[in-house]
Amino acid sequence: MKREGSPLKGVGTIAIKEAADHMTSARMHLIMLLVLLTAAGSVWAAIGQIRVTTAEDPFLFLKLLTTARDPLPSFASFLGFLLPLVAIALGFDGINGEFGKRTMSRILAQPIYRDAVLFGKFFGGMLVLAIALLTLWLLMVGLGILMLGLPPSGADVGRGLAYLAVTLVYTGVWLALALAFSTVIKTPATSALAALSVWLVFSIFWSMITPFAASVISPLDPTNPMTVLSQFETQQALARISPSVLYGEISQMLLDPASRSVGPVFMSQMQGALVGAPLPTLQSILIIWPQISGLFAAMVLLFTGAYVVFQRQEVRA
Amino acid sequence: MSEPVIEAHGLVKRYGKSTVVDGVDLTLSEGEVLGLLGPNGAGKTTTILMLLGLTEPSAGEVRVLGRNPLREPLKVKSDVGYLPDAVGFYDNLSGRENLMFTARLGGFDPAEAKSRIAAALDRVHLGAAADRRVGTYSRGMRQRLGLAELLMRETRVAILDEPTSGLDPQSTDELLGLIRGFAHDGMTVILSSHLLDVVQSICSRVALFNRGRVGFVGTVEALAQQVTDGAFHIDVSADDADVGSLAGGIEGVSDVQPQSGGWHVTAGRDIRADLAKRIVEAGGALKNLDAHRVSLSEAYNLFFKEVSHEA
Repeated sequence: MKREGSPLKGVGTIAIKEAADHMTSARMHLIMLLVLLTAAGSVWAAIGQIRVTTAEDPFLFLKLLTTARDPLPSFASFLGFLLPLVAIALGFDGINGEFGKRTMSRILAQPIYRDAVLFGKFFGGMLVLAIALLTLWLLMVGLGILMLGLPPSGADVGRGLAYLAVTLVYTGVWLALALAFSTVIKTPATSALAALSVWLVFSIFWSMITPFAASVISPLDPTNPMTVLSQFETQQALARISPSVLYGEISQMLLDPASRSVGPVFMSQMQGALVGAPLPTLQSILIIWPQISGLFAAMVLLFTGAYVVFQRQEVRA
Repeated sequence: MSEPVIEAHGLVKRYGKSTVVDGVDLTLSEGEVLGLLGPNGAGKTTTILMLLGLTEPSAGEVRVLGRNPLREPLKVKSDVGYLPDAVGFYDNLSGRENLMFTARLGGFDPAEAKSRIAAALDRVHLGAAADRRVGTYSRGMRQRLGLAELLMRETRVAILDEPTSGLDPQSTDELLGLIRGFAHDGMTVILSSHLLDVVQSICSRVALFNRGRVGFVGTVEALAQQVTDGAFHIDVSADDADVGSLAGGIEGVSDVQPQSGGWHVTAGRDIRADLAKRIVEAGGALKNLDAHRVSLSEAYNLFFKEVSHEA
């Protein structure tokens, strides 16, 4: 059955309203304050560390984001841990909240398609996340320029922007997850808990589970040294189900121009390589392209799942 | 007669094994006010959702202004306004901002929307509260804001689901007055309610719903006629006369019952003149003779009593 009119009518209106709601909500202010404080703390610590150990490093600027000083982790790993929380805070009551406020049937009775509601919710959230991330990134770069007194090079900026774009996609995965839970689960509190449990599993427990699972799937054979490799590869494949792991690999590759690989490397493959020499930005991106596609695919899949459920949902309130 | 505004044929909605709406036919012409009446869970809201295209019928066909709401939902929805049961608004926005949001969704020109919103808010007496957050509104004010939304969008059809539920009598009257005004302006209105006096006071026709079926569609008078076979109920009181036997002798009387202070006579025609004559001839002093037809609430109760007896 062919339907008349564009399914995207009203997406912009809903997205802008969503974004405005997020920007003014206390929930968003609190969580961004948390992110801002931790980010500032870790960059501050990184600057202190860089000053002590500074050598001739061609990519000093990126070190701001990756250097950790005990007890603080680096800026990049902080973001990998905290950004899902921001995305979940934005998305966990996206759909079921509208039902709870009894606004859903009124909105759907307007001359728009149902598609527009979910698209609008997602794009509104992404807009807020993009603004927040860009601000955060500019703040950290500014802090670095002020404290270190060096301007970033062109390659630094290129890698930084690529890192920013990937971070947005990574956050989008969690936003899509939170929206999917808000569609499937009727009560906002339950959907928030469900999304938070997935976040905990993937960011904390996943790295503990994968070695066990890998040793079961591909056990070590003492007579065959290749089983060591295959077990490692199984473990890595399992670990990469977690978006946090994918994101970690991408940020390591993008922010450290000297890294060459995210998997196991044989001595023979290292022959002739200039250890420590930086790769061109595009080569680094090429190495982690599969991870980037994986993150993007996860975002699209989760969103599509939410979309299918939402389109078939009975609207009664 | 012009083309009907809303036409539904054989609407059926099943959820799994249970059938919520079971073969509903409705036709509405321009400017009519139809009341959907029935107990909770009779299928009124489901029927409304199918008319709007928000729920897909399991069988049957709907045409709204000559269009299929499933095929051309945007055009249908821009002509039909819907006020859901216990309508919700965004509490953190003001009444005016809420309407501005729906105006943008409807694709109105912002400047025009602004003046339309102001006019609509004034008409529902929310002009003074327009810039307060909806969170501070009372239930009656929210319902009126819902009506303002329909006014602002200038829809040709208004579908109101339980618009007066949970309102105090004064707010109910105010709301009904506004809805009457809509109908006066030529808007076609469908209104669902389980409250009879609400429907009786503003609807030109009623449709009685029971267990997913429409038991009756027609005017209130026709309903009374059908349920009671047009019987007259006469309260008589007279001194020094045996009204019971006198009335029993009149042609057309079907029942005579003593009641406090007199007698209750049920007859197929207006027998007041005959009865008065007989009482006076018998030497009685006639003190009261009062005839009335069945009110909607009696008809309604009788109707559902009959239906549940059949079941």
